[in-house]
Amino acid sequence: MSPSLLRVENLAVRFGHGHEAVDAVKSVSFTLERGETLALVGESGSGKSVTALSILQLLPYPRAHHPSGSILLDGQELLSAPEPLLRSVRGHRVAMVFQEPMTSLNPLHSIADQVGEVLEIHQGLRGEAKRARVLELLHLVGIPKAENRLDALPHELSGGQRQRVMIAMALAGEPDILIADEPTTALDVTIQAQILKLLKDLQSRLGMALLFITHDLGIVRKMADRVCVMYKGQVVEEGRTATVFDHPTHDYTKRLLAAEPKGKPAAPAADAPRVMECRDLKVWFPIKGGIWRRTIDHVKAVDGISLSLRQGQTLGVVGESGSGKTTLGLALLRLTDSQGAILVDGQDIQGQSPGQLRPKRRHMQMVFQDPFGSLSPRLSVGQIVGEGLEVHKIGADAAERRALIAQALTEVGLDPDTQDRYPHEFSGGQRQRVAIARALVLKPKVIILDEPTSALDVSVQAQIVDLLRDIQTRHAIAYVFISHDLRVVRALADEVMVMKDGQVVEHGPAAAVFDAPAQDYTKALMAAALHMETVES
Amino acid sequence: MSPLTRRRLDAFRRNRRGWVSFWLFLAVFVATLGAELICNDRPILVRYDGAFYVPILRDYPETTFGGDFKTWTEYRDPYVSQKIAEKGWALWPMVRFAADTINYDRVRPHPAPPDGENWLGTDDQGRDVLARLVYGLRLSLLFGLALSLVSTVIGIAMGAVQGYFGGVVDMVGQRFLEIWGGLPQLLILIIVASMIAPGFWTLLGVLVLFSWTSLVGVVRAEFLRARNFDYVRAAKALGMGDLQVMARHVLPNAMVATLTFLPFILNGSIVSLTALDFLGLGLPPGSASLGELLSQGKSNLQAPWLGITGFVAVAAILSLLVFVGEAVRDAFDPRKTS
Repeated sequence: MSPSLLRVENLAVRFGHGHEAVDAVKSVSFTLERGETLALVGESGSGKSVTALSILQLLPYPRAHHPSGSILLDGQELLSAPEPLLRSVRGHRVAMVFQEPMTSLNPLHSIADQVGEVLEIHQGLRGEAKRARVLELLHLVGIPKAENRLDALPHELSGGQRQRVMIAMALAGEPDILIADEPTTALDVTIQAQILKLLKDLQSRLGMALLFITHDLGIVRKMADRVCVMYKGQVVEEGRTATVFDHPTHDYTKRLLAAEPKGKPAAPAADAPRVMECRDLKVWFPIKGGIWRRTIDHVKAVDGISLSLRQGQTLGVVGESGSGKTTLGLALLRLTDSQGAILVDGQDIQGQSPGQLRPKRRHMQMVFQDPFGSLSPRLSVGQIVGEGLEVHKIGADAAERRALIAQALTEVGLDPDTQDRYPHEFSGGQRQRVAIARALVLKPKVIILDEPTSALDVSVQAQIVDLLRDIQTRHAIAYVFISHDLRVVRALADEVMVMKDGQVVEHGPAAAVFDAPAQDYTKALMAAALHMETVES
Repeated sequence: MSPLTRRRLDAFRRNRRGWVSFWLFLAVFVATLGAELICNDRPILVRYDGAFYVPILRDYPETTFGGDFKTWTEYRDPYVSQKIAEKGWALWPMVRFAADTINYDRVRPHPAPPDGENWLGTDDQGRDVLARLVYGLRLSLLFGLALSLVSTVIGIAMGAVQGYFGGVVDMVGQRFLEIWGGLPQLLILIIVASMIAPGFWTLLGVLVLFSWTSLVGVVRAEFLRARNFDYVRAAKALGMGDLQVMARHVLPNAMVATLTFLPFILNGSIVSLTALDFLGLGLPPGSASLGELLSQGKSNLQAPWLGITGFVAVAAILSLLVFVGEAVRDAFDPRKTS
């Protein structure tokens, strides 16, 4: 039997020295055969990206170092190999595609230059030959009208196209191994499905081995032949994808597989009162041009949307990035200027002064996507949650407010004694709980949840979804749940609105939209999000 | 104190040079605040005939100490010192000259070189250089602090309003700043100095007119950035007023940039007063200041102790502040402390 293409044994990565050292990877072993797809799955901080980077020796040495381990590429040791050898391996035998297509390409060079650079380094191609090969590669990764895009700069391409260019760059050296580090995480679901399909096609055509790093179990099931589950710097389970998914043996794998958001939304009572309504809501941002900077056109972020929300109801707003979901949320709370009626408890709040609006803000709250950005790092958790109480003069004195804050923290599943601690001492999921407590302490009627689970690991996502549902049944709060993650929406929403370019594509009961979508766009979105498949149109 | 502040304080303390400079600067500042106790032409305390007198706070006629006339006591007069020594004692400051005391006793013509009596020599009017230096430093530091404080407050307010509200407010503010920044500062100062008699407060007012702009850009940028933070949005969603949001959520962000700049602004303020004094456009003639000392050094090159003293003093105080400023900047650098 010939040796494996790539064999990683007992790999350990440590950052720093002495008592400040952090073990990012403790002991990782796996093999990768020719033409095979191996997935490294794990949550953030499990050491999967660090493992991938150490294969190419791209870690910040000497701060990072390997206390033990070996990485054999075709029997050749890469760990602490001399730099010239590594350079001939990088891009030529092992290539890498990174997560963020916005920052992985140099904004100052045309895509032909950037792809051509790899050809120049590894194959010594110049001039016309180089240009022809670049064109061939761009065709290969499916860039439409590639002839005309050769001299395009990265900002002229969409996110999906940039990722295709990144893949073309990786393929330029005709590598044996392609390492894809979360290549689709920053992309919309329909684009994600296209990129996955492209990778799969390329792999079977070129016979590469694919090392796929992801946190998304759906992608793993779709893409990988074998899977390594990583947890806290160690591989806890390894095996064929079907086996691992059907018969997980390790506790952590079981937990991870069970963590998909589950459950059904609780239907609101049919006669529940309407708490929020908007009619023909528009948010248009002017585009200015000409010498006099006159408004020549508008970006229609939200273009004539009407909705109504009953007590205890959850409206899921789904759509790809740029579809105006978040702007709609901000407009409903009057955090951005808009036109059209917004009714809260039957009263139009559009055009009310900040002073008139203030008492109503108590009834409508918002939870943001990024649990790190939405909490001020300078205030303690008690101060953050208690801020609303002070603004609305709820609670007679400090002691009473403390009690209210403690109650809200208990309700979101946090220890009430954590009041005096600061946000940086909490994990992402705990911070999101603090953000929910901040909204909850005011006893609002409506909470707008703007992608509250997107920045969280899957196991934490499921907990937050359960928590939100629990809070809703207890207090009959109406949610507007904005998300691009249809699995989470399905677990929470009883009514779904699909948005595209600021307009509603489809709007109806969740069951109807999910099981029998009427519009082509909705069908494509569902297929891409739930089954990672592209729909030919 | 939030943990972030504590980490920054620790980082500041770990920077040895900055930490030592900070304390040295504080020591100099506190010492010059008590200039009257260090350099004065009258004793701090006199014991005479069984009673205590405090000449540093009150004037006493010469007759109090057994003199002949009812004029205010001239304590440096050998006759008076002898009278006091006969019936008690006097506690003198370290240097027996005030900023405006003329040493009539030197045999050499003024400016006279350093000796046991005038440790740093005398200037061309026979005044003790050390005494003038201490009083001059106090004036420069106080003026610098006042100027920095006032221009910081105005700068933060203007930057905050521009950055937070953006749009037309920001546009108008920025254009105004550009025009204002184009005015010839020194020329205007010369014109103003020729029209009004410059004093501490008038100079402060005139310099503030131009120095408040230094912080606007930084603060505005911080406010522009922070007004779209989620926690600022969350505060607005809670129903907070604009002023509250600015003060509680956005200003702390801007304070990092402000505090980083503060030592350098203080430096600049000290230099502007020194420069004006050097050119003779600053404080009224006769007042002790660093610039006046330097200008004396320039016109009396045969008396190098004047120029050297002025140079060393200005260089030392500015270096200390730069070291402190560097340490503050590093302590607030997020790549190093968070």
